[in-house]
Amino acid sequence: MIELKNVCKTYKIAKRGSSFKETFKSFFSKNYTEIKALNNVSFKINEGEIVGYIGPNGAGKSSTVKIMSGILTPDSGECHVCGMVPWKERKDYVKNIGVVFGQRSQLWWDVPVIDSFELLKDIYAVDSKTYNKNLSDLTELLDLKEILKTPVRQLSLGQRMRCEVSAALLHDPKVLFLDEPTIGLDAVSKIAVRNFIKRVNAEKKTTVILTTHDMQDIEALTDRILFIGKGQILLDGTLNELKKHGGHNKKLTVEFSGGKLERENYLSLEGLSLIDEFSERAVFLIDSEKMSIPEAVNIISKDLNITDLSVEADSIENTVAALYRKFGV
Amino acid sequence: MKKYFTFFKIRFQSTLQYRTAAWAGVATQFVWGGMRILMFMAFYEADKSRFPMEFTELSSYIWLQQAFLALFAVWTFDSEIIESITSGSVANDLLRPMDVYTMWFTKDMASRMAKALLRCVPVIAITSFLPKPYGLSLPKSFEAFLLFLITLFLGVAVLVSMGMYIYILTMKFMSAMGVRILFTNIAEFLAGSIIPLPFMPDGIRFFLEMLPFASAGNLPLRIYSGNISGNEMWFYIAVQIFWLLFLQVTGRIWLKSKMKKVVVQGG
Repeated sequence: MIELKNVCKTYKIAKRGSSFKETFKSFFSKNYTEIKALNNVSFKINEGEIVGYIGPNGAGKSSTVKIMSGILTPDSGECHVCGMVPWKERKDYVKNIGVVFGQRSQLWWDVPVIDSFELLKDIYAVDSKTYNKNLSDLTELLDLKEILKTPVRQLSLGQRMRCEVSAALLHDPKVLFLDEPTIGLDAVSKIAVRNFIKRVNAEKKTTVILTTHDMQDIEALTDRILFIGKGQILLDGTLNELKKHGGHNKKLTVEFSGGKLERENYLSLEGLSLIDEFSERAVFLIDSEKMSIPEAVNIISKDLNITDLSVEADSIENTVAALYRKFGV
Repeated sequence: MKKYFTFFKIRFQSTLQYRTAAWAGVATQFVWGGMRILMFMAFYEADKSRFPMEFTELSSYIWLQQAFLALFAVWTFDSEIIESITSGSVANDLLRPMDVYTMWFTKDMASRMAKALLRCVPVIAITSFLPKPYGLSLPKSFEAFLLFLITLFLGVAVLVSMGMYIYILTMKFMSAMGVRILFTNIAEFLAGSIIPLPFMPDGIRFFLEMLPFASAGNLPLRIYSGNISGNEMWFYIAVQIFWLLFLQVTGRIWLKSKMKKVVVQGG
């Protein structure tokens, strides 16, 4: 379905210092630095998969999505989606895809949502039967009935995002690219959008590629994760595999009454570290490969009068942060 | 083709919403047109023999110019297109199975025609009843009127095709403010918006009439007022069609090569 082979993309960035002299100099000759946004990126995605594409800011996520959606030409490498080269056959190709950029709107600002939808229907030459069915499905699933006749500029962010997602699906795309679709949404809207994406994937076998910083999106939606950093694919696997890579950290929360925590004692310990300290509560991080939990509790109880404790697996946010550190990205 | 028409329709409709702007425009056009007629009247009274047009022709020329100002306003660009380029939402245009040149062209045409439609009716209706020779007179013939409409449409197309260059330049420079101001000022003068072209000295006039600027706003108005007709008119229509084709073809080629290099920045 989607195949990338050794895709590279370099950006030229103009750089200068802030001093007057440098500004003056750059007037005549500019200094460019080359930034390798993508460095030999290769992967393959099959039909009907939901893939989470994660990585820190500036890792190359958006560049990859732009290449796959045909609006950016890579310097070298191959890319085939639905049997086409996106940037070469842009006009024909984009009929097959739907794209939602969380930070840009594809709806027409001044007119009611339904007008935008009608326009999309004509743009993609969707036949009336399919259009009506999709519209009524989408309206019901995403609860759009009340807002279809409202001009886009008057919608709340959550309402708008639901419309954006619908707009990307009116023409039954085979591949759906979602670039931070839940950015800025409240909990209810996030859940609505997630459930909806899942359902579309299940019912229509739509391949979904999702870039996000929201790890809950990943947990709720994807079975496969592509992890990119510094323009290279660092990991390709399931969420569990990712978690393993991220380390074996457990979070230990201790409640205590009395006793004194000697911060220095925990600085040099292998496998146990103090993260947070409050008047009657302290949070530790345990690397379970280097220290067992009873051992840790033992050490802590020397300092503190423990009244209660809880152990939990480290959050996926921290796992990812650990991965960023591990790969130095 | 249908998708471009729908595009036209939605742009047209959304421009029609701005009614207050239209009324303000109509008021400005009456005052502006009136002032220009007064100014030319002073010239006319000073020396009738050196006046290149009949005064009634001139009045028609000025009123039509005011009525259709929105069509030929060289200083207006489609702010939506400019903004989409600078903000990067042009990405959305690229994600449509459409030709970007035609899409932008349609957008700009639609907003000009919608603006003009709102503004021209009151101006034409009222100035038709002004006493001779100050008002808008009927076209010389039905044929002239028909040709006026056709050349009016082609003229807008020529102007918008020139504007397309500015949009493409915006893709290159991000802010094409400087080029726009330069273009606007030169184009206004060359198109006869400041001084109607018949008032220009002969040698310069012929040269100016050969330029695309005159093919935009000048030609249809002169056909309506009967200032040119017959073979001379057909010659200028041919020039107009030539420019339309030339600008369209070169603009499309240029945009296409630009598109290959375009980088939509940011996440």
